[in-house]
Amino acid sequence: MLMLHCPYCGQDVDETDLHAGGEAHLKRFGPGSSDEDFESYLFVRKNPKGIHVERWRHAYGCGKWFLAARSTVTLEVFGTYAAQTKSPPADIQEKIRAVDPDWTWEGEA
Amino acid sequence: MSTRLSKGGRLIDRTKPLSFSFNGKQMRGYAGDTLASALLANGQTLVGRSFKYHRARGIVASGAEEPNALVNLGEGAKLEPNQRTTTTPLFDGLKAASQNHWPTLEFDVGAINTLLSRFLPAGFYYKMFIHPRPLWKHVYEPFIRKSAGLGKAPTEKDTDTYEHYNAHVDVLIIGGGIAGLSAALAAGQAGARVLLLEQTPVWGGRAAVDMPEIEGKPATEWISDTVAALRGLPTVTMRTSCMGAGVYDHGYVLAYEHLHEGGKQGPRHRLWRIRANQIVTATGAIERPLSFAANDLPGVMLASAVRDYVVNYGVSPGDRTVIVTNNDDAYRTALVLHKSGLTVPMVVDARADPDGPLVRKVCEAGIAVRTGMGIAKVKGLRDVVGVALCSMEGEGAVLEELPCECVAMSGGWSPIVHLWSHCGGKLNWDAEQAMFRPDPNRPPTGADGKGFVITAGTANGHLFTSDVLTDGFTAGAGAAAQAGAKGKAGDAPEGFDEAQEPIQPVWMMPYGAKHKLRAKAWLDYQNDVKVSDVQLAAQEGFESVEHAKRYTTLGMATDQGKLSNINGLAVLSNALGSDIPDVGTTTFRPPYTPISLGSIAGAAKDDLFQPIRKTPIYDWQAANGADFEPVGYWRRPYAFPRREETVHEAVHREVKNTRENVGLLDASTLGKLIVSGPDAGKFLDMMYTNMMSSLPVGKCRYGLMCSENGFLMDDGVVARINEDTWLCHTTSGGADHIHGWMEDWLQCEWWDWKVYVANVTEQYAQVAVVGPKARKVLEALGGMDVSKEALPFMQWADGTLGGIKVRVYRISFSGELSYEIAVDASQGQAFWDALMAAGESHGIMPYGTEALHIMRAEKGFIMIGDETDGTVIPQDLNLNWALSKKKDDYLGKRAHGRSHMDNPDRWKLVGLETLDGSVLPDGAYGIADGTNANGQVNTQGRVTSTYHSPTLGRGIAMGLVHNGPDRMGDVISFTNTHGDPIKAKIVSPVFYDPDGEKQNV
Repeated sequence: MLMLHCPYCGQDVDETDLHAGGEAHLKRFGPGSSDEDFESYLFVRKNPKGIHVERWRHAYGCGKWFLAARSTVTLEVFGTYAAQTKSPPADIQEKIRAVDPDWTWEGEA
Repeated sequence: MSTRLSKGGRLIDRTKPLSFSFNGKQMRGYAGDTLASALLANGQTLVGRSFKYHRARGIVASGAEEPNALVNLGEGAKLEPNQRTTTTPLFDGLKAASQNHWPTLEFDVGAINTLLSRFLPAGFYYKMFIHPRPLWKHVYEPFIRKSAGLGKAPTEKDTDTYEHYNAHVDVLIIGGGIAGLSAALAAGQAGARVLLLEQTPVWGGRAAVDMPEIEGKPATEWISDTVAALRGLPTVTMRTSCMGAGVYDHGYVLAYEHLHEGGKQGPRHRLWRIRANQIVTATGAIERPLSFAANDLPGVMLASAVRDYVVNYGVSPGDRTVIVTNNDDAYRTALVLHKSGLTVPMVVDARADPDGPLVRKVCEAGIAVRTGMGIAKVKGLRDVVGVALCSMEGEGAVLEELPCECVAMSGGWSPIVHLWSHCGGKLNWDAEQAMFRPDPNRPPTGADGKGFVITAGTANGHLFTSDVLTDGFTAGAGAAAQAGAKGKAGDAPEGFDEAQEPIQPVWMMPYGAKHKLRAKAWLDYQNDVKVSDVQLAAQEGFESVEHAKRYTTLGMATDQGKLSNINGLAVLSNALGSDIPDVGTTTFRPPYTPISLGSIAGAAKDDLFQPIRKTPIYDWQAANGADFEPVGYWRRPYAFPRREETVHEAVHREVKNTRENVGLLDASTLGKLIVSGPDAGKFLDMMYTNMMSSLPVGKCRYGLMCSENGFLMDDGVVARINEDTWLCHTTSGGADHIHGWMEDWLQCEWWDWKVYVANVTEQYAQVAVVGPKARKVLEALGGMDVSKEALPFMQWADGTLGGIKVRVYRISFSGELSYEIAVDASQGQAFWDALMAAGESHGIMPYGTEALHIMRAEKGFIMIGDETDGTVIPQDLNLNWALSKKKDDYLGKRAHGRSHMDNPDRWKLVGLETLDGSVLPDGAYGIADGTNANGQVNTQGRVTSTYHSPTLGRGIAMGLVHNGPDRMGDVISFTNTHGDPIKAKIVSPVFYDPDGEKQNV
């Protein structure tokens, strides 16, 4: 059972108090978008074996959504941060690259 | 035959005799016995039957690894199947019964399978039962189901109680042997918060039996001194009879504590939910059996278990014990037996020339030692009567026979790596010691990316006391430091035991055993997997260890292969001609041994199973005959049957009365979300498919919400409260979900929009006053103008009724004149009472959810969850009018443009009228011509809502039908599981008051 730090209320939270929201930093495609863009937004996910940036909601707590960067293999958590961002903060990116120098942030999916 | 020795038994108290029964036979034991030791003390060597061949099974081990001695424990509400006798403490009045035999343990008809065993090889069931196909359902499956499972499932409800316990510690140490004690000492001295768990009722592990010297003292003395010292450390907590069951992500651990088995007060088991910064697994090792013919006979035991029964319980496993080994450790068993006055006719050692100190001690005691030899075969039918010896080289020609009652075997030791492996710790193969041991460089990692599990002692592959103590102490000190403890640990305790010569791995005895012997050499005693079965699996191409496991069922029994896995994969690797590490192990999954379902449930049963949500009018409803049904976490009245009335009759009375007079519905469960802020209108225009920003203050509008892939997810009436505020009604079960949905978009997508959402569902009681006389009832209460002119349909107004502050919405889900009235939750019951009193002369009656459903179906109103199931879009329900064309965007709009959504072939909502007036079965499929690629009948629609309409006196239904709205008047057939298909005509879904005159008066 994972434990993640909620950046809003400052608590270390058990996974059972959280609600998983899948891949983070997706760009929404609405009316007028191409079928390919819309399909990619709605259905295509990275699902990596390795470093992943995810959405979590502190559902049984402060109720806030936040984002987390972690490894799905080693379970290392590189950091959690506000949902109101368009990319992982620089310090978290740095921490990730310390573990996996080949990792790059590709921007919004 | 086994018996009790006249003296000895360090764990039993001979002044406290206990009586118990096995298969109805009365037996005696002592306090401190396990059920297994007590059975052996009573001469009961035959304790069960194996799964496949019904072979006679006896006790083989003395701990959690026992595969054979499983019993049905207790009776009635206390019955539990598959309880391991070796870990069950004896208590007075215990009742046990053996498993998997008919009619009796001694005479078991199923034992015929052992004679047929050459026709029942690995994969027999897969090969046999695949053809012919129809036989599977009618012959094979019922037969297999009957023979499946070892124990009996209890038929009565468990009367015991269970609990959960949460703990947060710096260092969790699992295993209370000398490595664990040593680790606890180090971590405790360093000042860490330590929790030390031991699965058995006593501290010390194997050292208490094998008695090495520690700090110049006999081991047992050091153990009790250390336990006392640990009790004196303020930050150390200790528990016996508490097994570390599983290690999970980020230092989460489950432990399983036995509090009592004897029917005492209080919880029986306790599940510990532990978060540990660091975990030390000092779980010891399990001795491996040797694979020789008939090694499964009762009386063939692990050498260490034989020592345990003699030393711990004063039990003789048999007068004469032949010891067979490939290592020095088993010689300890010879010495223990010899010292107890029992006979060891011979130690049979597979090694050519063993000459360690233990070997010499045995020789000095006058015990015969034969080297380079093995057992060709154990003789006996239901118990051991002797052994036939052979040379280890060769195929197993018998050189010599020896009479004996017990065979003590040792194939070496396997560290218990389960807890290390659960969360990803990796293993290395140590060829010298012939064991898998944890690779400290590849531990399971935590949130910081560093290892959080350290193994210590024998679990880490150390077999000598001095190494075990040092390793434990280092692990404890290291874990404490890692967890941030600042104190300093002292020095590691020093230990001493005899040097040992290397083990000689033996995976088949003799090495070149012929097939006849291999086919009788058991690997998995419980599931009857033999050396020949694993070899056959390899031959048939099941080369992956995971495949071979599933094909042969090796290690798939309730013991999960604690004795058999390493031997099995060694046989597999030999058969494949590869190295053991290349074949690898199967996956170690928690729990380490089975834990009770009761402990997992804890206190969450009966009234505490889940929280129940009750409206302010719940108590009145319960007192007035409500027949409740669950709606989400709510309990809502389905109907209010009166005396002598069936629920069905009550529903019809309620519908009729509401249509003719006036009915009351507790609508408090409806979700109520307040959406407020300068951007609230813009936000609701995104949430709903129709336009909400244009709704005038004071008015109501029905709205639909779709998911981003276009499917209808919720509906409800929205009221505009003021310039910046809307109140959104959601479905009863959907309030929390929709609240979360709105928050998601506001927090993660449009976080710059100024909108707040509050879920006020429980702040208000809401009562629907429904029926042609509804207005008269409200006028009788008085306080505000509820006339058609002052409060027209689809508007709302604040005011008072009967002196209670109200907000009245003129909305209708029944097609009748209807007022839904919200009051403060605390006023809910008072308002309900006032309505009942004011309505008495008008025939007012409460109605339940079933009447609500029937009335909405008569009107053709959809219900989320009936007409929708996550695959239905508004267009399917002819709700295109609610899809705004003026808006550029709303959730689901883009998806509605996808080719499959924008497709005339989708099934669409229609009404259905059976030709004979009967009620269509719910979920029935409309039958189309022909069959599909799977040979199934083609379908052209399905029933989504179906009721008997009291108003119309016949069955009515709604359904989704291919091109339905264009096929009015067509008759199609619907599937019927109880008889011939039912014919129904396609009609408009609005069965009652199609022009909507009644609600708008």
